[in-house]
Amino acid sequence: MTVPAAPDAPLLRIDALTKSFGGFVALNDVSVQVRKGERFGLIGPNGSGKTTLVHCISGALRPNKGAVIFGGEDVTPLPPNQRSRRGIARSFQIPRPFRSMTVLENLMVALDFAAGRETLESTAHRREAAMSILARIGLAAKAESPTATLTQVELRKMELARAMATGPKLLISDEAMAGLSTSEVDEVLDLLMSLGGDDIAIIMIEHIMQAVMRFSQRVMCLDAGRIIAIGPPAEVMANARVQEAYLGT
Amino acid sequence: MQRRSIAFWLGAVVFLAAMLAMTQLVRNEYPFFAGYVILQFVVLAVAWTILGGYAGYVNFGTNAFFGVGVYTAVLLVKAFGAPLPVQIATAAVVGSLLGLGVGLLTLRMRGIFFSIATIALAIIIETSITNFRFVGGAAGIQLQRPPVTAPFDSYVKMLFFVQALLVVIAVAITRGIQNSRIGRGLHALRDDELAAECTGVPTLRLKLLACVISGALMAAAGAPAAMYLQYANPDSAFNLNYSVSVLAMALIGGTAHWIGPVLGAILLGATQQLLAVTISSEVNVLVLGVMLVLFVVAAPKGVIGLVQRQPKRRGGSK
Ligand SMILES: Nc1ncnc2c1ncn2[C@@H]1O[C@H](COP(=O)(O)OP(=O)(O)O)[C@@H](O)[C@H]1O
Ligand SMILES: [Mg+2]
Repeated sequence: MTVPAAPDAPLLRIDALTKSFGGFVALNDVSVQVRKGERFGLIGPNGSGKTTLVHCISGALRPNKGAVIFGGEDVTPLPPNQRSRRGIARSFQIPRPFRSMTVLENLMVALDFAAGRETLESTAHRREAAMSILARIGLAAKAESPTATLTQVELRKMELARAMATGPKLLISDEAMAGLSTSEVDEVLDLLMSLGGDDIAIIMIEHIMQAVMRFSQRVMCLDAGRIIAIGPPAEVMANARVQEAYLGT
Repeated sequence: MQRRSIAFWLGAVVFLAAMLAMTQLVRNEYPFFAGYVILQFVVLAVAWTILGGYAGYVNFGTNAFFGVGVYTAVLLVKAFGAPLPVQIATAAVVGSLLGLGVGLLTLRMRGIFFSIATIALAIIIETSITNFRFVGGAAGIQLQRPPVTAPFDSYVKMLFFVQALLVVIAVAITRGIQNSRIGRGLHALRDDELAAECTGVPTLRLKLLACVISGALMAAAGAPAAMYLQYANPDSAFNLNYSVSVLAMALIGGTAHWIGPVLGAILLGATQQLLAVTISSEVNVLVLGVMLVLFVVAAPKGVIGLVQRQPKRRGGSK
């Protein structure tokens, strides 16, 4: 069971993670730690293994080697739903709403199965909680809309709202801004900044450099499944290998 | 929701009272012969919907669960002369265990693979029963009905009422699932299994639960069939027609709400009974096919989709 973590113990510790598909190594011996409440930027060219890392953290994929330690507990053998209950939430690069449901119902799924649901016993309480999350995300007006009628930016927000409804300690946003207009990008970025804080660490995967610079306390850059740089945003951006991986070729 | 529950249970009591009154007032046995079959299909279609509709796992093995129910009853009668309630209760337990087994073996498969696995299962079970001499093997077995219990004056009327009770139980359970977080979890995993998992839904557990409950109800519905026909053989007990009919009934009625399979089973079951009398039972299969195609094309959400043109959705229970 959960060992009470030391005050400065990391929230998430990824330990020598390796994931391959057939002979192709998508993640190669990746080790990194994320602190409680940290805003962490994850960058890297397409195909560098970012989403694969998210899958390994959330439990959608099992790594071939290495471990995922969350809150001091080894969660590597756990299915995604158990990790969700322990506080790992994520959005998907290509949104995956529950299509037969309204926005509110999407959030109700999370609240119905969240770890802390005992405090939200009645359906009315859970609806209230869902509505307050939607209000915070700016989707309250769409609560009763079927997800099929949502615009791209609304879908991204809905996924973040649904992830928030699970009551996470770590929220992973996988390219929530891809394909959005400049004003929408700012909107989602402000949202992510506001969601993070003392209690919620956020890993933000993004290609838009200004957004990453503004958001992140630390940035990690993946290339071909390996960490090529990690540190303060300005330092990582200035790194020659990062520039080569990103701007070169 | 409270008021809806009261309305539901009131409806159930009125339904059972009406069925009971019918058995006391109508002399002719034929309506009960036909009605029994329709009610049996209501139970099967409602049970099928838990897994096939709510969770989106299309079970082609209804006949396996039904047949296991029939043969559980046969075995109990042959070995111990067990009374009807014991036959049904035991069938439900065996059906739930079978559901659990099937679930553990097959629920990791998606889509068509799951469906094929359920067909394979039915064939395996039928083959085993065919080679089980004690319950009659391939030739089948004759059964003697015990004397009928008051207030009924014929065994068929009694079975008719018992099947009506099973309808109420099946619908109450299915409705309970639909209105609970289990129902929401099943819908979520039907829409997107990975997203459901990452949102905290224990998908495997919920699917197993759906399989167990669905299997228990299907086997329970099959148990009285032994005494209804006073005869059982593997060919008819495990007839693939059950799977096809039940699937068609659920889809034609609509699977978003428990009322769908109820309507579908009544509609299609009554049509089949009528055709069996007036024309021939072979025409049944044809009619089934034509109706299914018509609905798939013109009303993909079934009868409830037609009625519920603009669904007034309200996050809560329905
Ligand atoms: N399920 C899979 N099967 C085979 N290869 C995969 C699979 N998922 C990802 N890959 C490969 O792994 C590499 C990393 O993919 P991904 O993690 O999605 O990259 P990113 O998110 O950084 O763009 C890519 O080359 C991709 O083709
Ligand atoms: Mg990606």
